[in-house]
Amino acid sequence: MRSNKYVITFVTVMTVVVALVLSLMATGLKPVHKKNEAIFNKKAILSAIESRLGDGVKADKMADEKVLSIFNDNITQLVVDINGNPVSAEDVEARGYKGGQAENVDMKKEKKKPAEDRLYPVFIYENNGEKYYIVSVRGNGLWDEIWGNIALEDDFETIVGASFDHQGETPGLGAEIKDNPAFKKQFAGKKIYDKMGNYTSVVVRKGGARNDRYEVDGISGATVTANGVSDMLYSGLQNYLSYFETQSKS
Amino acid sequence: MADTKIENKEPLFAFGKKERALLTDPLNDNNPITVQVLGICSALAVTTLLFPSIIMAIAVIFVCSFSNLFTSLLRKSIPKQVRMIVQLVIIATLVTVVELSLKALDYPTYKQLSVFIGLIITNCIVMGRLEAFAMANSPWKSFLDGVGNGVGYGVILIIVAFFREVLGKGTFMAGTPIEMKLIGPSTEYFINTMADGSWFSWYQNNNLMVLPAAAMFLIAIMIWIHRAWNPKLVDIS
Repeated sequence: MRSNKYVITFVTVMTVVVALVLSLMATGLKPVHKKNEAIFNKKAILSAIESRLGDGVKADKMADEKVLSIFNDNITQLVVDINGNPVSAEDVEARGYKGGQAENVDMKKEKKKPAEDRLYPVFIYENNGEKYYIVSVRGNGLWDEIWGNIALEDDFETIVGASFDHQGETPGLGAEIKDNPAFKKQFAGKKIYDKMGNYTSVVVRKGGARNDRYEVDGISGATVTANGVSDMLYSGLQNYLSYFETQSKS
Repeated sequence: MADTKIENKEPLFAFGKKERALLTDPLNDNNPITVQVLGICSALAVTTLLFPSIIMAIAVIFVCSFSNLFTSLLRKSIPKQVRMIVQLVIIATLVTVVELSLKALDYPTYKQLSVFIGLIITNCIVMGRLEAFAMANSPWKSFLDGVGNGVGYGVILIIVAFFREVLGKGTFMAGTPIEMKLIGPSTEYFINTMADGSWFSWYQNNNLMVLPAAAMFLIAIMIWIHRAWNPKLVDIS
């Protein structure tokens, strides 16, 4: 048995050494981590319009430089409130999002606030007369949160594409919303209003879509996740409706 | 007394029969998964795809070998009262190093493995080797033992992941540049998308293979084959 003094000295020295090594490493790698995270988020946003970026383009396989150049040249970032009014970069920063850009807004934090107080990021893609509006939505799946980016044409009615991600849905079932390109592909061309002009959002229908205009096929064995996607789209896009209205009038 | 003298004369990095056994034993007679049935949690969870499993195997080999090495270097000065805590700190430090490096090198895979890199800390194989081997053996031998056990774990992980990916998704090395479609429908199988005919194929992806239960069946089958093939294992149980 060692003396208490020895044990305490040993443990103290070990803790200090370990803390020093780890904190040095964490600080040293922080810029790289931040860059990786930013590119990961940018790819998720571009993934919603990947069908319009060229044949067979996959946003998650795109080179980092390409992603950054698209964001630099073609994308305008904007943050709006529930009434569709733009929020200035200073106000966004004052809410705790360093950088003040739409990509800095943390949807996870925003989701916890009441809908009226939230910030809503918008990414506007412009290239050779094409103009798409990409908005972010967040909701609940079966086990944990799900989120996605939805791209709309400039008629604010037709969906260009969608991308989804999740925290912990079941692999092979709920996780198919992210893993299965065929699920995402269905969203292209769907409308968020019915023929009468009533807001419907896009519905993920168990047993197969019954309405070509605003329904897509569900995933067998993943009813709860699919319903979560429907709810997320309904409430998520609804919060952007006033922004869409102000834009389509102007 | 005479014995210890002979041992002290051994070169520091000897690589004889004993050392080779340290590397090969965990691959067969003492495999951490199929014989000792340790480390099952992560073996069930991360093996849906081959590529993340390979990353996980490399991470465990790194953590296992270096925690063995450091523990063995410190074994004479570690106070007995707090040895488990010291071992845990060594493992946790190395796991954090792995986590930080992976986050910098391959962010998507880091996202995919999420908590399971952190959970290497609780992998019984690592802790077990520290207690059973590194606390009583020289650094070089401990290091080899760590590599052997890490590889023994990794090999099983990769075999399980291969079958789960091929039978569950029909792909090979999905998410990497050499991604291939081996069996199953030519495009992504989707329940109601039959219009283009791509849905029909002689093989339908088996959704069970994607779930953790399939890994349990596969590991059980591997234990069975291993025992049938290696007569030394039959007497153990």
